[in-house]
Amino acid sequence: MAMEPNLTQKPLSLRLLSLVSPTQTGIAPFIAAFMLLAVIGLTVFSPWIATHDPLAMDPLMRLKPPSDEYLLGTDGFGRDLFSRMILGGRISLLIGCAAAVTALGLGVLIGLVAGYFRIADAIIMRMMDALMAMPSILIAIALVALNGPSIGSVIAAITIPEVPRVVRLVRSVVLTAREEPYVEAAVALGSSTPKILFQHLLPNTMAPMIVQGTYIVASAILTEALLSFLGAGISTEIPTWGNIMAEGRQYFRINPGIILWPGLLLTICVLSINLIGDAARDALDPRMKKREG
Amino acid sequence: MLRNRDLTDAPEVLRIRDLVVELTGNTTAPPVLKGISFDIRRGETVCLVGESGSGKSVTSLATMGLLPKGALSVRSGQILLDGQDLLACSARQMKQKRAKNLAMIFQEPMTALNPVMKVGAQIVEVLDLHTDLSASEKRAKVIDIMEQVHLPDVARIFDSYPHQLSGGQRQRIMIAMALILEPALLIADEPTTALDVTTQKQILALIAELQARHGTAVLFITHDMGVVAEIADRVCVMRHGEILETGPIRQVLEAPHHGYTQALLGAVPSLVPRAARVLAEKPPILIAKALGKTYRSGSVFGKKTEIRASHDVNFDLSPGRTLGIVGESGSGKTTVARSIMRLIEPTAGQILLDGDDIAHLSTAAMKPQRRKLQVVFQDPFRSLNPRWTIARSLTEGPLNYGVPYDKAIAEAKRLLRIVSLPEDALKRYPHQFSGGQRQRIAIARAVMLEPEVLVADEAVSALDVSVQAQVLDLLAELQRQTGIAIIFITHDLRVAAQICDEVLVMKRGEVVEQGPAAQVLHDPQHDYTRALIHAAPGRFWDFAARTPLSA
Repeated sequence: MAMEPNLTQKPLSLRLLSLVSPTQTGIAPFIAAFMLLAVIGLTVFSPWIATHDPLAMDPLMRLKPPSDEYLLGTDGFGRDLFSRMILGGRISLLIGCAAAVTALGLGVLIGLVAGYFRIADAIIMRMMDALMAMPSILIAIALVALNGPSIGSVIAAITIPEVPRVVRLVRSVVLTAREEPYVEAAVALGSSTPKILFQHLLPNTMAPMIVQGTYIVASAILTEALLSFLGAGISTEIPTWGNIMAEGRQYFRINPGIILWPGLLLTICVLSINLIGDAARDALDPRMKKREG
Repeated sequence: MLRNRDLTDAPEVLRIRDLVVELTGNTTAPPVLKGISFDIRRGETVCLVGESGSGKSVTSLATMGLLPKGALSVRSGQILLDGQDLLACSARQMKQKRAKNLAMIFQEPMTALNPVMKVGAQIVEVLDLHTDLSASEKRAKVIDIMEQVHLPDVARIFDSYPHQLSGGQRQRIMIAMALILEPALLIADEPTTALDVTTQKQILALIAELQARHGTAVLFITHDMGVVAEIADRVCVMRHGEILETGPIRQVLEAPHHGYTQALLGAVPSLVPRAARVLAEKPPILIAKALGKTYRSGSVFGKKTEIRASHDVNFDLSPGRTLGIVGESGSGKTTVARSIMRLIEPTAGQILLDGDDIAHLSTAAMKPQRRKLQVVFQDPFRSLNPRWTIARSLTEGPLNYGVPYDKAIAEAKRLLRIVSLPEDALKRYPHQFSGGQRQRIAIARAVMLEPEVLVADEAVSALDVSVQAQVLDLLAELQRQTGIAIIFITHDLRVAAQICDEVLVMKRGEVVEQGPAAQVLHDPQHDYTRALIHAAPGRFWDFAARTPLSA
């Protein structure tokens, strides 16, 4: 046969390296990465960048349009919108990343067990099906209602509905990988079950997990905004993109900037993360790229 | 017997001249085909023989006008079909010509057929595209060609889906589809490689029969010298995109003049079993007693079904000996291997390893036994963890048993020398090695633990014949040095004849015949063994000695 089956896989690190070359990926992920870094920079250094105390109210300066003093104007309590927005981004991004890390961590552990042990599989997957059957926003609202609005309960509320999706993905990868001869060879070489799970099977799940992780970050930021917008999120004293927009709802006709600017930042952030996720997927799974043409 | 037909008066169907195929847009890399020329006459079968990467398949794809776009393209040369240059044809003209003037069958009939369409309808589709017959005429024509390819119960198969048919039946459907418009040229790309030997024999006979009836010219691509001896009128031996030698089959087999052809023929294992080795008086290391594995399925309320994958297997194996387990797909030979390795738990019988019954040991109790039993798998591309360096793969076993890392690495270096790989291979990853090299690494990994028994599950089936010979030599050398006992699972009687002391023939989960290799292969008692031996392609010819075998 002239064409060898393409079962040769380079290690993950080598495949990720191809992300850094613009000829391989096009320019979009680079613009996305630049925008994302800019947003992260703004939020991380917000205490130094902020022009005002984001919590200080000034009843005389309510709902002012953008000016030299107030870059993006003020909200209904006379607080500086720009300062609130970049501080709010901190919480939003923190929640996004924390939710992604916890969801991936839990999901990978449960998924490995479900994929490798047949008996555990039946039980775990039925539990996951049950979780998936519940609308995630309802779970979140219920959790926040039970524990009160805090960053911790918002992260938990966003994480729990994401876990079953990660579990399903990891399980499907493990189910195919465990049949690979090199895994059977490891059994024959006397490797212990944890060693097989974490050293042979876990690395197989890394590529899809990196991609899935970016999507979870994006959707967690959105869900947090939605929860805050609905009033089920973090208490309104701490600004997040979601509750800034929620407060801006009633002043929309007087100062639309209160919804527009945090919304724009949120859009840029989510879009950039998704673009980077797509690029990572293409770099890690070249078949996908070919299919899209 | 070798074909010996005089076709010099027959008109030429295909004439290829100085065909050069290159990687698209890469003029500096050496071309994939370096100017090959050959021709095929009406009613003639020309075999393209060569190992992986020799350019056989590229030749056939170029002829069909099916080179992968953006990857390979024709730089120069001519492909004349009945005098017309195919390279000058537009894509539209080529589409007309395919099926009508030239047709192709592939290695894997399951992937070449549409799984969601009934096979009858798929053949009718060919007629829809190229003829304007009425529906009933089409059906009659399809039924006729299906009868010509000797499909049983044609009316039922016409309305079957591909997954409802056996591999041989699917390949017959492909042949029917290829030949229904009576093309002048049939290209067959390894059409029997995925089939069992008995099915292969039938398909080869079918192609020859249809060729005689329709006068089709056949371009047959294969890596199997046995198949070549069965069907070729002429042979072209290819390597690295060049035709090294071409000539009538008898001339190539009897007096090959190119060194590569001689080496290729010399590497074909002989069907004559090797001389029996003296039985050393050693107690058996591994004994299987009434070993069986039955798969039970069915829900709590549903009907229970039982599949007997293997049943009542008995053998004993002494150190330094090789036991061959031979059978076709579905015979249960791999189930036996996996039971012995305890990758699955047998449902009946005993496995005595060095006196201990390991048939039902728990994972923990099995661990000390595992180092006595090691395995080499068929597919060298999947048997090494692609993310691990060779050093890590080789030392995995010893580290599991508490051997210090320095000692394990020293042993790995020693074994790499034995399997003829450089020491710096340790730092590299599996994708940097060829299939044969990886299989040697897999063997080195298996013997790192100094096992008593090595199970080789089709360990050379995925390899080219010359590489296969090297790996078999390596196994024999290791056995001579270490006195390891080998269980060799194979479907290839030639390989079994060359390395096994004893042979066990399996069919549908049962052992049908068992005994010393020389006796079983030379004087088979069971009908099935006889059928298997009879179906081995090229069994009348001794390739290494270049003479016919006396029966």
